[in-house]
Amino acid sequence: MSTSTVAPVPPGSAPSGLRGRLPTSGVPLAMVSIAGLVLLLSIVRVITGADDLTSSGTAGAALALAVPIGLAGLGGLWSERSGVVNIGLEGMMIMGTWGAGWAGYQWGPWTGVLVGTLFGAAGGLLHAVATVTFGVDHIVSGVAINILGLGVTQFLSVIAFEGVKGAGESQSPPLDDIATVSLPGLRDPLLTLEQHHWFLVSDLAGIVRGLFTSVSLLTVLAVLLVVLTYFVLWRTAFGLRLRSCGESPVAAESLGVNVYLFKYAAVVASGAFAGLGGAFLAIVAGNGYREGQTGGRGYIGLAAMIFGNWRPGGLAAGAALFGYTDSLQLRRGGESVHALLLLLGVLLIAGAVLLSIRGHRIAAGVAVVAGASAVAVYVQTDVVPDDFTTMTPYVATLLVLALASQRLRMPAADGLPYRRGQGG
Amino acid sequence: MTIDLRRIALAVIAPLLAIVFSLVVTALVLVATGDPVWSTAKAVLDYGTKPNVLALTLNQGTVYYLSALAVAIGFRMNLFNIGVDGQYRLAAFTAAVVGSSISLPKPLHILVIVVTAMLVGAMWAGIAALLKATRGVSEVISTIMLNAIATTLIAYLLRKVKYDVAGSNNIGTKPIDESGAFPGIDLVPGTDVKVFGFIFVAIIAGILYTVVLGRTRFGFDLRATGRSQSAAVASGVDVKRMVVYSLLISGAVAGLVGMPQLLGGSTRSYSLDFPTGLGFTGIAIALLGRNNAIGMALSALLFSFLDSSSIILDFNGISKEIVLIMQGTIVLSVVVVYELVRRYGVAAEQRRVSRQLADEQPATPTEVPA
Repeated sequence: MSTSTVAPVPPGSAPSGLRGRLPTSGVPLAMVSIAGLVLLLSIVRVITGADDLTSSGTAGAALALAVPIGLAGLGGLWSERSGVVNIGLEGMMIMGTWGAGWAGYQWGPWTGVLVGTLFGAAGGLLHAVATVTFGVDHIVSGVAINILGLGVTQFLSVIAFEGVKGAGESQSPPLDDIATVSLPGLRDPLLTLEQHHWFLVSDLAGIVRGLFTSVSLLTVLAVLLVVLTYFVLWRTAFGLRLRSCGESPVAAESLGVNVYLFKYAAVVASGAFAGLGGAFLAIVAGNGYREGQTGGRGYIGLAAMIFGNWRPGGLAAGAALFGYTDSLQLRRGGESVHALLLLLGVLLIAGAVLLSIRGHRIAAGVAVVAGASAVAVYVQTDVVPDDFTTMTPYVATLLVLALASQRLRMPAADGLPYRRGQGG
Repeated sequence: MTIDLRRIALAVIAPLLAIVFSLVVTALVLVATGDPVWSTAKAVLDYGTKPNVLALTLNQGTVYYLSALAVAIGFRMNLFNIGVDGQYRLAAFTAAVVGSSISLPKPLHILVIVVTAMLVGAMWAGIAALLKATRGVSEVISTIMLNAIATTLIAYLLRKVKYDVAGSNNIGTKPIDESGAFPGIDLVPGTDVKVFGFIFVAIIAGILYTVVLGRTRFGFDLRATGRSQSAAVASGVDVKRMVVYSLLISGAVAGLVGMPQLLGGSTRSYSLDFPTGLGFTGIAIALLGRNNAIGMALSALLFSFLDSSSIILDFNGISKEIVLIMQGTIVLSVVVVYELVRRYGVAAEQRRVSRQLADEQPATPTEVPA
């Protein structure tokens, strides 16, 4: 889906050397893609009249919904870059929501953030002990941690929240909010612009207003963490060593890297990120811990990471996409997603033309059929049921995996067992 | 001969150690929360051995066992079918819709429903199988996605076929006619709680699992592929085809997981409160039982015993969720113990061989001149 939205960009805008590489590489390319996407969305909005496609409300909600997914994705990134598959993100995230709820109502929201993060990190530590020290299969350990995370929090809830005012067996008392920030002087002028519904101008105003006003400090922190992750993992010696453990632990060991230590650090950090994502859910997105609050976001975070080809920029794009589809659902989703069908159809047909020029006949045929059916569904129906909106991230991930699996490259030793000295 | 004995001993000791370890952890949790350990354990044992609770344990165990079998088929092939969860729910839902819209004589009606469920389960697993075989997509990720898609798909379809369950906010499918009921049996004396007749299907499935995997060419190929793909290819196994077959079979067995409840329960319909998450419990049980038909049966019974007997804890003021902690600890500790035991076994084998070689060493020089 998204590969086709960005696929047309490279040939025109970038030197031919970039052709075939994923669009997430390179800042100029990303900016061109974003600009193209905004333009397309604004065209679709004008044609279909689905104003919520680019309203400030949608943009703001999309950002808030993307944060926990992105944080879980960052958790996956840290862990998998060091060679440990972390399917236990969901369980660590659950621990984060609980920790935030429990500490948050007693000592304030920022303590909640800290404790949620620590709880997540504790889950990460458990995963590290099982996979690194004991060499247990990474997925088995992850599944066990998901079971444990659910069990521990449900058990603790009964003990910690019973008889507390405003709480129950499956929820914490309500929590105080974290302060929000806005870029000064933007709110009102942009609102006026947005309400004119002018082509492109109002769309930009809506998106900028949504992204830069009334943003929770925790959201700002999360965005900074994406940048920080890129910097630490790709621009420092520490990051290089950490990634070398994920590519070839034996080679790393032969160069004197303490592979176990780096894997431990990465997996504990991974749990901390997931825990922070959980804390965000409990404090900013929700109003306290509730059972089942994560709703599989740990898994979606993992999906966002794969979607983004194990890179922070791509991961952020994936999280944004999933957050966006989620937010549309909140704001007259049937109408908005229905409008997106038109966009999807047109893009698929455009992609098909491109593919046939490059000589990929079969892929072009598939894309034409898919595009035509998207347009057909658009013409035939008026709204898309909400359930299908919910499905979007998952279907998108499956499509990306199916269509682009040859272009995706995970760390070479991801998920493989490693024992010190196994290189002989 | 002695080595075999030792191997068997190691295989039995590992799960026992894990269970003991998780008992200790659970006891520590109880101590930490200030609850009495012995009287709690006694209350659970007393309640769990009542006839009606035992019957419930057998029923739940049947379901868990089928789920574990479905997971284990993938495991033997080195495939991680996390999608059992989505597969059985979609299968049970579709089977409920199909079963309630037709009416047939008794055995045929049941057969149609069960076959429908198996086909749907296989189909849903088949998507992951095709993605894996043709595009190389990891089945772990694709089945997680398919689970989520199944959840939303069922929610959507359930509202489409909506049939209000009397006296509640629950919605479900139209109940299946009496002819589709799988008769229960009075297996446990002293209670009128019937045991699912499906328990026999589960037993037959377990026997088939053992025979097909252990005694047929297909089973050999499957295990060989799981052990070493390159070796399997060298011996002429079509790995892609094996991936598709084993995931299809795993999905078909997953389709059975919802059947005891659907056909043996009182409502005979798929509603909002149809049990979820059984696929994940199946993973835990397959791990504990080490993909062995008997081992998994014992593990399934252990898990269902913990589930059904823990109800009493709520009456004693202890959260019954402690069972989840115990089950999670069992899973994690069992895999750790297996790994430790495996390392110990390898080390012991190395020692034995080196001792043997050391004993033979003096003999060699005398042979060379001769």
